[in-house]
Amino acid sequence: MSEITNRPKHFIRSAEELLAYSLALETEAVERFNDLADQMEMHHNYDVADLFRKLAKIESFHVDHVNQASEGKQLPNLQAWEFEWEGGESPEGGLMGEAHYLMKPWHAIELAMHGEKRAVAFFRHVAETATDDKVRKMALELAEEEEEHVALLQKWQERFPKPEEGWDEDLDPPAMLE
Amino acid sequence: MTDNTACTLIKPRQYKSDVKPVWCPGCGDFGVLGSITKAFSGLQIQPENAAVISGIGCSSRMPTYLSTYGFHGVHGRALALATGLKIARPDLTVIATGGDGDGFSIGGNHFLHTCRRNPDMTYIVMDNQVYGMTKGQASPTTESYWEKSKLTPSGTGINPFQPLVIALASGANFIARCSSSDTNGTARIIMEAIRHPGFSMVQILSPCVTFRPEQREWKNMLIPAPDAMQATSDSAQAARLLLTDEGVYTGILYVGRRPVYQPKPESGITDIKELDEEFRL
Repeated sequence: MSEITNRPKHFIRSAEELLAYSLALETEAVERFNDLADQMEMHHNYDVADLFRKLAKIESFHVDHVNQASEGKQLPNLQAWEFEWEGGESPEGGLMGEAHYLMKPWHAIELAMHGEKRAVAFFRHVAETATDDKVRKMALELAEEEEEHVALLQKWQERFPKPEEGWDEDLDPPAMLE
Repeated sequence: MTDNTACTLIKPRQYKSDVKPVWCPGCGDFGVLGSITKAFSGLQIQPENAAVISGIGCSSRMPTYLSTYGFHGVHGRALALATGLKIARPDLTVIATGGDGDGFSIGGNHFLHTCRRNPDMTYIVMDNQVYGMTKGQASPTTESYWEKSKLTPSGTGINPFQPLVIALASGANFIARCSSSDTNGTARIIMEAIRHPGFSMVQILSPCVTFRPEQREWKNMLIPAPDAMQATSDSAQAARLLLTDEGVYTGILYVGRRPVYQPKPESGITDIKELDEEFRL
């Protein structure tokens, strides 16, 4: 998986801007997990589909949380490409290329954890580089929340054994090289 | 309530249909679907004012997954269909989509002549250098040494087709290359392509994770073209770049100023009943 940290290229200048980034990050996560759930359903990998659907639901609570925090504030209305994520994609976006139709629940959680860790790095970086106290405080809170998510995902992942080498071998592949 | 929740803008997801893609998980075409919806949202195009036309192949399934008008046409004929539509309905935003086999082999002739005509539409080619739907044969853009298909066990041995060089030489008015893994950057370029008058050619390198799994590395190999070469109107400079960059530069690589092909329909028929009359048995 890519090691891009997804730090912003520039400072986040206001709480409103940070909330806009946070909202985009969480919204992308909901959509990404729902897309992944759809893909797994399409390929009859129902356990992993359910898991991605649950992850999407959890992320949607985070969207609600950011929306509540944004109450009464006017957030900048940025297009997807106007967010200055390092590497171009939000921390919890850009995971689609890592999916596999035979992936196991362990992999799905690994994927989610990777996104959450990038989100932690993003908010930590914002906190470290912020010149505004309000932004720093909010970024630290958001980083701590993301760290909690990482810890929860780690516990969740312990329920599943790490798949052995060859988990992606399909004895009856849907498409064979000639 | 905040502005971001109160606004009535059309969100990218609203351009997606209810049909779920059947592409292999990990396929680059998912990213392209996301980029197209983000570009439509960026331009706030009403779904009923856009039409996405395709040929045959994995990526040609694109119209099915969008809530705009669409036509999943005949192999290699997306550009012919799209040109006809644009001439008949110049008010529509017309996008043609497809893959490298559909566009440059079966539809190669249409590709050349659409570049020449310069109709005001955008052509999005999801290039994975392989025929994926028919299980992994070499396509026009496959490297000459690729040996993984039984049809070409020693590689094709022939030069790969260079779509952007051909597009430039044939008269395309906007030329860009993107990566499907950069969904946001690709969305911006598609938006610019739609905005630009004339025929816009957007090559998106979109990995086939089933038959070309090594293409997952593309995201680490592609680099933005130098600033000085981005969006040049100098066709000689663009040609030099496209002939020497080994296909790794991304961005808007040429922006032309040619007149748009938009002839007026000559039939004189304005009423659908009159048209019906012509075809009455």
